Amino acid sequence: MLVQHLSPIASSLFSLLAIACLLLSFVMLGSRWLNNYLYAFAAESWIIAVLSAAVGFYGNYPELYLIAILTLLFRGLLLPYLVWRIIRRLDVDREIHLFLQPSTSLIVGALFVMLALSVSFRIAAELHLQLTVATLALTVMLSMKLIGFLILALRHEAVSQILGLLVLENGIFLGSQILVPGMPLLIEMVILFDLLIIVACFGVLVGYLMTHAGTTSSLDLKRLVG
Amino acid sequence: MMVGALILTLAAAPALAVIGCMAARRPRAAEALNLIASAVSFACAMPLPFLINGQQLQFWNDYIMIDRMSAWVVLCTSIVYFLASIYAVGYMRLLNEDKRLCTFYALFAGFGLTTLIGPLMNSVGIYWIAIELTTLVSTFLIAFERVAESMEAAWKYIMVVSAGISLALLGTILFYWGGSFVLGPSYKMTWATLTDAAPQMNPALLKLAFLLVLVGYGTKVGLAPMHSWLPDAHSESPAPVSAMLSGALLNTAMIGIVRFLGVTKAANLGWLPQCTLVAFGIVSLFLGALFIVRQQGIKRLMAYSSIEHMGVVALGFGFGGALGVAGALYHMLNHSLNKSLMFFGAGIMMRAYGTKEIALIHGVGCRFPTEGALWLAGAIAITGAPPFGLFLSEFTIMRAGLKPPFSWAVYVMAILLIVIFIGFMNHFRAMYYQSTQSEESKGDRLSGWCVAPMWLSLIPLLVLGLWWPTHVWDYLASIAQSLNLEPQ
Repeated sequence: MLVQHLSPIASSLFSLLAIACLLLSFVMLGSRWLNNYLYAFAAESWIIAVLSAAVGFYGNYPELYLIAILTLLFRGLLLPYLVWRIIRRLDVDREIHLFLQPSTSLIVGALFVMLALSVSFRIAAELHLQLTVATLALTVMLSMKLIGFLILALRHEAVSQILGLLVLENGIFLGSQILVPGMPLLIEMVILFDLLIIVACFGVLVGYLMTHAGTTSSLDLKRLVG
Repeated sequence: MMVGALILTLAAAPALAVIGCMAARRPRAAEALNLIASAVSFACAMPLPFLINGQQLQFWNDYIMIDRMSAWVVLCTSIVYFLASIYAVGYMRLLNEDKRLCTFYALFAGFGLTTLIGPLMNSVGIYWIAIELTTLVSTFLIAFERVAESMEAAWKYIMVVSAGISLALLGTILFYWGGSFVLGPSYKMTWATLTDAAPQMNPALLKLAFLLVLVGYGTKVGLAPMHSWLPDAHSESPAPVSAMLSGALLNTAMIGIVRFLGVTKAANLGWLPQCTLVAFGIVSLFLGALFIVRQQGIKRLMAYSSIEHMGVVALGFGFGGALGVAGALYHMLNHSLNKSLMFFGAGIMMRAYGTKEIALIHGVGCRFPTEGALWLAGAIAITGAPPFGLFLSEFTIMRAGLKPPFSWAVYVMAILLIVIFIGFMNHFRAMYYQSTQSEESKGDRLSGWCVAPMWLSLIPLLVLGLWWPTHVWDYLASIAQSLNLEPQ
């Protein structure tokens, strides 16, 4: 296990990066502008790329450098570019109807982080990893998952939902870099590539939604019930 | 080596059809290519269960694995793919979308390909990717009709399913993490290594991972309450696609849950995994029953019946034991045949009456004597009434549960199945009722392409109901043994 014998400096570096990611997902939760979501997502991806490289350096996994570069290219540049192209085609630039005010959703997000923390403490205690960075990684992974679902549930614009989905994926990717750095390279690369296809599909579908359904807000998608 | 060649052909045929359909540019050629590909896949999948003698076979650097369970699921999938391809020839011509037919068939063959290879993936991570690919391909099939409703359905589908399946990815990573304590930081996560390492993994971590995986793949299977995409997607896509979604896709995702269930069983996690599966099954049945009784749309009726059927399959695996697992696997085959029949019939009626509303369809029996009779027989079969295959499989599953821990579930299941029977028959009574004043022309000519697959699915369904061959029983029971889901 990598996390059991890390130098203090590496461990604090990992923690710092993981927490920065978590904070950025709170930025997404607290804003109502689509552009802010996009910047936060891109920044998050860059931090994850740095984290991959750091894990590769301290854990001696040279293949993670490749993952770091691919993450930077795909998640950090290409995906934001694709989403930016979708935003440019739309005539909305912010969430108009909000179920919860940004301040309230921040508090709900904080509650979710507490839930994630208690679950991770329990799991870490089982595995005797209480005081390692693994607890933090698990917490960030689960809370980004929950925050992603919160974004999916609270936001209506197609773009916000796509970014919510990407936050879910980022959370998993971040956690897996720290917890299972030795995961086969093939799978990580395929997942990265897969994400690209998903976003491309979303782009096409958003176009269809605009032409054939006349809206990109899920609030207006309510023909099918029962 | 024979098996290897068959698997290769099985996957290569639809793959070539995808390329061929994109290159062809002529709708009739694309039609023929897809049909041939599906026939080849079916011909390759048919002998697979006979050629596998209990052991696992691995190919291509161990990325492909076939055992009895995957051979069975691949067979179910290939049957639906073949029947739906025959039906698509007749049905898609009615839509007058000749220009886009090449794209349709390319996507359709791609959907066939991804659902066929999903169960054959040996690596747990690659299996996740295969399932994700089925979503991406089928989204565009659902959106094929380019009206507001199908766009809405496609959007909901890709959103709900991608979000759900990301939970399965999280669960998979936690499984990998659990395994890394036993096998070291880097290892090949195949189903077999995971099962072997499971007894030494941490139970709390495994429980969390299993629940995540169950909810994740459960979204794809359409277990309630994660089913919300299913009725929309099934009702708004073209009929052959609905049949594939229901008969092929749901089984492909179910096999993942079952394999993870096998892993947790090896780890001795007690009753939790099977109990959750039973709970999801009961909730699905309950929800299916509620919505079937009050349903207004004809294809949504079938969609809720799919939720109900998957609930029954989940109950079968949850009850466990030879009876439960064999019943559930038999139910998968019957479900595939039956759902194809029902969606084919629903497609014909929808086109003939120009509506999806049950209330606006009437006099089916007089207007379509043959097809109406076939469809009605299918409706009787779908509710689990004898003498069709679903009766046998549902009955077997109920027998499996009749032991103390789950006997309550069997009683609830029996009541809900009766409610569903009454609800279904009531809708069909309304649709077959001939009001005296309407003098509709008798016997519209239907293309043989549409009617033949209905016969082809009803006859085996009847045979499977009257006669459950001993070989098939032994085959399914040996799967049960290898999964080791013994009732404790």
